[in-house]
Amino acid sequence: MKRPHRAEEAPGRRRAQPGQKERAGGSPGSGSPRRKQAERRGRRELLGDRERGSAEKICRGRRKKDGRASLRKQRAPSKKEKEVRRKEEVWKQLKKHRSSSMASSTSSGESLSEEELAHILEQVEDKKKLIASMRSKPWPMSRKLAELREAQEFLEKYEGALGKGKGKRLYAYRMLMAKKWVKFKRDFDNFKTQCIPWEMKIKDIESHFGSSVASYFIFLRWMYGVNLVLFGLIFGLVIIPEVLMGMPYGSIPRKTVPRAEEDKAMDFSVLWDFEGYMKYSALFYGYYNNQRTIGWLRYRLPMAYFMVGVSVFGYSLMIVIRSMASNNQGSTSEGDSDNFTFSFKMFTSWDYLIGNSETADNKYASITTSFKESIVDEQESSKEENVHLTRFLRVLANFLIICCLCGSGYLIYFVVKRSQEFSKMQNVSWYERNEVEIVMSLLGMFCPPLFETINYHPRIGLKWQLGRIFALFLGNLYTFLLALMDDVQLKLSNEETIKNITHWTLFHYYNSSGWNESVPRPPLHPTAVGIEFMRLTVSDMLVTYITILLGDFLRACFVRFMNYCWCWDLEAGFFDISGNVLGLIFNQGMIWMGSFYAPGLVGINVLRLLTSMYFQCWAVMSSNVPHERVFKASRSNNFYMGLLLLVLFLSLLPVAYTIMSLPPSFDCGPFSGKNRMYDVIQETVENDFPTFLGKIFAFLANPGLIIPAILLMFLAIYYLNSVSKSLSRANAQLRKKIQALREVEKSHKSVKSRATARDSEDTDKSNSKNDTQLTKEGTAHHSASQSQTLDQKAQGPGASSSAGKTVLPASQHLPVSRAPGVRPDSGQARPQAHPWRSTSGKQAWRPPH
Amino acid sequence: MGNKQTVFTHEQLEAYQVGMMDQAIGGLFYRYQDLAPQLVPLDYTSCPDVKVPYELIGSMPELKDNPFRQRIAQVFSEDGDGHMTLDNFLDMFSVMSEMAPRDLKAYYAFKIYDFNNDDYICAWDLEQTVTKLTRGELSTEEVSLICEKVLDEADGDHDGRLSLEDFRNMILRAPDFLR
Repeated sequence: MKRPHRAEEAPGRRRAQPGQKERAGGSPGSGSPRRKQAERRGRRELLGDRERGSAEKICRGRRKKDGRASLRKQRAPSKKEKEVRRKEEVWKQLKKHRSSSMASSTSSGESLSEEELAHILEQVEDKKKLIASMRSKPWPMSRKLAELREAQEFLEKYEGALGKGKGKRLYAYRMLMAKKWVKFKRDFDNFKTQCIPWEMKIKDIESHFGSSVASYFIFLRWMYGVNLVLFGLIFGLVIIPEVLMGMPYGSIPRKTVPRAEEDKAMDFSVLWDFEGYMKYSALFYGYYNNQRTIGWLRYRLPMAYFMVGVSVFGYSLMIVIRSMASNNQGSTSEGDSDNFTFSFKMFTSWDYLIGNSETADNKYASITTSFKESIVDEQESSKEENVHLTRFLRVLANFLIICCLCGSGYLIYFVVKRSQEFSKMQNVSWYERNEVEIVMSLLGMFCPPLFETINYHPRIGLKWQLGRIFALFLGNLYTFLLALMDDVQLKLSNEETIKNITHWTLFHYYNSSGWNESVPRPPLHPTAVGIEFMRLTVSDMLVTYITILLGDFLRACFVRFMNYCWCWDLEAGFFDISGNVLGLIFNQGMIWMGSFYAPGLVGINVLRLLTSMYFQCWAVMSSNVPHERVFKASRSNNFYMGLLLLVLFLSLLPVAYTIMSLPPSFDCGPFSGKNRMYDVIQETVENDFPTFLGKIFAFLANPGLIIPAILLMFLAIYYLNSVSKSLSRANAQLRKKIQALREVEKSHKSVKSRATARDSEDTDKSNSKNDTQLTKEGTAHHSASQSQTLDQKAQGPGASSSAGKTVLPASQHLPVSRAPGVRPDSGQARPQAHPWRSTSGKQAWRPPH
Repeated sequence: MGNKQTVFTHEQLEAYQVGMMDQAIGGLFYRYQDLAPQLVPLDYTSCPDVKVPYELIGSMPELKDNPFRQRIAQVFSEDGDGHMTLDNFLDMFSVMSEMAPRDLKAYYAFKIYDFNNDDYICAWDLEQTVTKLTRGELSTEEVSLICEKVLDEADGDHDGRLSLEDFRNMILRAPDFLR
C-alpha cells in the first residue's frame, strides 16, 4: 500500500523525509536528509540529530529525555552514533532472519535468542508509547510524521516476530485488535468532542468578546445539561407514567375543568395564564391522583412523585457541589498570585482567543491600566487625601442601596397583598392580574443599574454588585413567597369549611351529574402555587427577550444608522455578564422551588434555556460591543457556583417546610388524604416490603439511632475541617518561609554583586542579615549553620521544581522548613538539616565567597 | 471522507491524526488553502513544497489582533521567518487548540516570548513583551520597573534572565494560563 506512494516522493523535498528515513533505519547511508537538515537550521540540527539517534537506538531513557531535555543541548553524539551503528547491525541481522525464515514461523522464533526477544519487546513497547504520546511532543509536524512513520514501520516488522510457535498468530491477532481498538478510541474521542453542543457558537463569541462573555454561555450550557437531567427524571418517572397509565382526563373532578369555565377553557388568553385545560393537566400537582398504584405495571405514583421531588434536590445539590469541588481542585493555591503579580500580568494577561479588533483595543487599554495600577500599588503611594471621601461615598451608596432593597421588598409585599384582593374580585383587568409579575420584572430590570454607581476595584466591584443584585432578587423572591404562604394559610383555614361542602357536592356530582354553580370549588392551592411559578418563569423569560430585543437590538440598529448624523458618538450596549448570570441563577431557584408543585415547570425551563441560548448568542453577536474592561474569566470561578448553591439551599427550605409540616391538600395531588406527605414512604414500607425490612426501617428511623448518627457526622465535619485548617496554616507558613527565603536570596544577590571587592566584610554583613532573620523566626541555631540551612532551603524549591513539578511539594519541605520556626530547638530539626548541608549546602554556599 | 481523500492519502491523514491535538485536519487544510488559493494546490498526495507568506498568515482572524502574531508565526515556521508550510500551520493549530497539554503550551509560550531566540527570556525580551502588550503606552521607567519586578519574581536561579525552567515553574501556577 505504501510502496507506490513512497516511490513518488521527490528526494529534495522536506516532506520526502519520512519515506527516506524508513530506509535509514536499515542502512547507515541515511546521511543526505540529515545533511540537508543541518544546512537548514543551525541550532535545531543538533537537537534533532541527537533525538533521532536515540530514536534509532531505542532506549529506556527516551521518555525521561523527551519531557524536558529535548531543549537542552549538550553531549557530543559521537558515542551514541557508534551505538546506533551497532544497533543497526543487529537490526539488519534480524531483518535477514525475518526475511529468510518468513515461510516457517517456528524457525524464526528459534533463531531469536531470549535476550533479543526481550529487547525487541521492549523496543516495541517504547514505540507504542511514543506513538501514544506523539501529540504532546514539542516537535514540528514534519518531525512528528517522520518519527511516526519510523515507529509504525518498526512495529509492523517486529510485532510479528514476538510470540513463539502457535502463540504467534494469536499474538499478531491481538496486536491487530489492539491497533483497531486504539483507532476506534481515537475516533470515538473525536466524535465526543464534536458532540459538545454549541461549541462553535461559543467559540465564535469567545473570539469576539473574550473568554468572560463566553463563560456566561458555558454556564448556560451547563445549566441546560442539569435541567435536562431533571427533566428526564420528572418526565420519565412522573409525567409519562401518569399520562399513560393514570386515570384519564375527566374521570374525577380534580382532573376535570369545571363546567363554569369549560367554554372558555380552550381560549388562548386563558391557556396563556395556565388556567383552563392547562391547569387541569399533568403539568401541575393538583392533577395527580392519590391511588397507590396505577396501571397494569402497578406503578406507585405517589411514591414516585415524592422520591422524584426529593431526588431533584439531591441531584442538584450533588452536581453543584461536585463542580465546585472540581473547580477547587483545578485551581492552584491563591497565594501564588501574590508572588508573581507582574509575571502573571505580563505572560498571561493576553487573551489569546480575542479575534476582534475592538475587543483587542479594549484589552490593550485594560492591560495598560492594570500594569499602571500594580505599579502604583507597588510604590505604595496611594492617594491619601481621597480616602475619606471615597469611604464616605461608599457608605452612602451602600446605605442608599439597602434602602432601595427594603423599598423593593415592601413594594413586592404590597403588590402581592393587593393581588390577593384582586383575585377575590370577579372582573379584573389584564394589568391587575399580572401586576406581581410585572412589578418584579421591572424591579429586576431597573434596580441593578442603580447599583453600578460606586466604583471599586473592578474585580471586587463586580462581586459587590453581584452580591447586591443577588440580595435584591432573593429579597424579592422571599417576599413573594411569604405573601404566597399567607395566601395559602388563608386558603387552608377556608379549606375545612369547604371540605364538608365539597363532600356533599361530590356525592351529588356523581349522582346527578349536575354541577351546582353556587357550590365553591376546592381551591387546589398547590396548583395555584405552581401556576404562580409558571407565570413568573414565563413572564421573566418574555421580559428578558423583550429587553434584549428593545434594549440591545433596536439600540444597536439605531446606533448603527444614526451614528453618521448625530451630535455625539453613540455607543451600543455592553453584554451584562453579571446580570445575566444572576438572572439565570435566580430563574433556576424558581425552577427548583416550583418543580414540586408544577412538574411541567422543568420542561418549560428547558425550552427557555434552549431558546435563550440561540437568542442570546444571536443578540450578542449582532448588537453588543465588547466591554471596555475585559476580564478574563478564570476557571476557578466558584463565586457563581456559590451563589447557585445558596439559591438552591434557599429554595429547598420552603419546599422542605411544606413537605414536612404542612398537611397536603385534601382533594388534589398524589398525597391527598394523608396526614403528611412523607407518609407515602411509611405506607410503601409497610405494605410492599417484607415485615423484617419494615422493622429495619422502623429501627433506622428511631431517634436513638438518628441522633448519634448526626452527632457522628458533625464530629467528622469538625475533624475534617480542623485538618484542612491546619493544612492550610502549614501552607501559609511555608509560603511565608519561601517569601523570607526569597528576600534573603535577594540580599545575597546584591551582596554577591559587591562581593568581588570585599570578601571578609561581605560575610559579616550576610551573617548579620541572617541574624536579624533568625531573631525574627525565633530560632536558637548558630548563625552560620542557620544561614546555611536557609540557603539549602532556598535551593530546595529550585531543585525540586527543576524536576518539572508544578505544585510545590509540601511534604518534602515540611520537616526542614518548619523546624526552625515552630520548634525552636528540637532535636529533629538538626539531624534533618545536616544531610542537606553535607550534600548541596556547600555548593549553595560556595559562590558568595 | 471522500472529499479529503483527494487531498491526502489515507496514510497521510492517519499520520496527521496521530500527531495532532486538533482533529479537524480537513477543515484546517481548507483554512490553509483559503489563505492563498493560488499558491496552495488542492492535492497534497505528492507533498508539494509550498509556503504561505507571513503577511497572509498574520491576517487570519485568529491572529490579526494578537500582539504576538509575528512571534507566533516565527516560532512555528521552519526557518523563523514567519512563512509557513502546511505542516507548520497544522503545528500551530495543534498547540493552540485547547486540548494541548499545559506543558506543551508552556514550552511554546516560552519560545514565543523569547524574542531573540537565545533560549532565555532576558530583560530585553521582557521589554519587548511589555511594549507589545501595552502598545508602548508606558514610559521607559515603568517598563523597566516592570521587567525588574518580573525578573525578581520569577528568576529562580538569579542569573538575570528566565530559563525555560523558571518560566515553566511560574506559568504553570498561573490561574489564567489555561489556553
